[in-house]
Amino acid sequence: MGQKLIVGISDWKIGKGDDILVTYALGSCIGTCLYDKTTGISGLSHIMLPDSTAIIDGNTTRMKFADTALPDMLDRMRAMGANVPAIKAKIAGGAVMFQTTNSKFNIGQRNIEAVKAALQRLRIPILAEDVGLNYGRTMTFWAQNGAVEISSTIMGKKMI
Amino acid sequence: MAIGKYEDLNAMQIDVLREVGNIGSGNATTALSSMMGKVIDIEVPHVEVLDFNAAIDAVGGPEKVIAGLLIRINGDIDGMIMFLFEQNLISLIVSTFFGAEPENIFSLNEAELSAINEMGNIMAGSYVNAIAQLAGLTIDVEPPSMTIDMLGAIMSVPAIEMGEMGDKLLFIDNNMKIDDTSIRSKMLLLPTIDSLDHLLEKLGVA
Repeated sequence: MGQKLIVGISDWKIGKGDDILVTYALGSCIGTCLYDKTTGISGLSHIMLPDSTAIIDGNTTRMKFADTALPDMLDRMRAMGANVPAIKAKIAGGAVMFQTTNSKFNIGQRNIEAVKAALQRLRIPILAEDVGLNYGRTMTFWAQNGAVEISSTIMGKKMI
Repeated sequence: MAIGKYEDLNAMQIDVLREVGNIGSGNATTALSSMMGKVIDIEVPHVEVLDFNAAIDAVGGPEKVIAGLLIRINGDIDGMIMFLFEQNLISLIVSTFFGAEPENIFSLNEAELSAINEMGNIMAGSYVNAIAQLAGLTIDVEPPSMTIDMLGAIMSVPAIEMGEMGDKLLFIDNNMKIDDTSIRSKMLLLPTIDSLDHLLEKLGVA
């Protein structure tokens, strides 16, 4: 019997078999599902920020940033026996939640770009994405078959 | 001594921030009460220093659908005020102004949206002015922006902006209850770490 693994903000978890990985209410953050269909080893990451190198203070988790979370999660999957060349990604999030006159930066867009760049460095192709726009998304990922459901308050549910 | 992290605050500083929340929310609630013609109770504010996931749980849980009004503040305090209005409060505000509840709070028309934003604007102004007078600060309030969505997605915005330097969020949490009913609202003040130092210095507890 698989477990339901809840991935919090700036967190990642690995599942396999009948496990279901869930991350709730992605706003400008990005959820990244990595799926190896040959072994079923599956990772879900929830990053908040694009780039750890801009942060001077070392007092923070690597799971928060696109450039550190994704290589770390992939390393763990490899250590658990995943077949890295077979791994594919699905991503969601990166919304602009509030339209304000003085958004210092469009962090959602920067997160999307940073996640895509990190995946490219890791040579992981993106199979599907549901990113941008202006609403929150919950991401549910079945390790059994790599299926990913996106649910949102306004748009309902869809599979990507 | 400068605060490097929110969790470095001492008990006296937390008490002072709670009092800041008390004064600010008292003023904002008076404004709301007179606009709505309703009796509004406020609870004693809480000062919370929590990691992101605990912060979202503390204000209702990630998938709770709520109206969030984000108001950026800057000047002597930089940060945000965030109002979290229950869906029934949105209906109540609209019916107070327009005589009828909205058919669907997810598709409010322009007039309804601007009434809610104006309400947020006045409340945020009242909150901030009370603090500014107390501490002799100049604080500017930007126009609000509203969205109705999952709480986790709404709270990701302050988490991202305030949480860049650490893994925790500080907020002063004020709960309001309208007409002794289940209509509730929260008002959060989220100062950046740098401006928190400045505020505490002005209040003599740095």
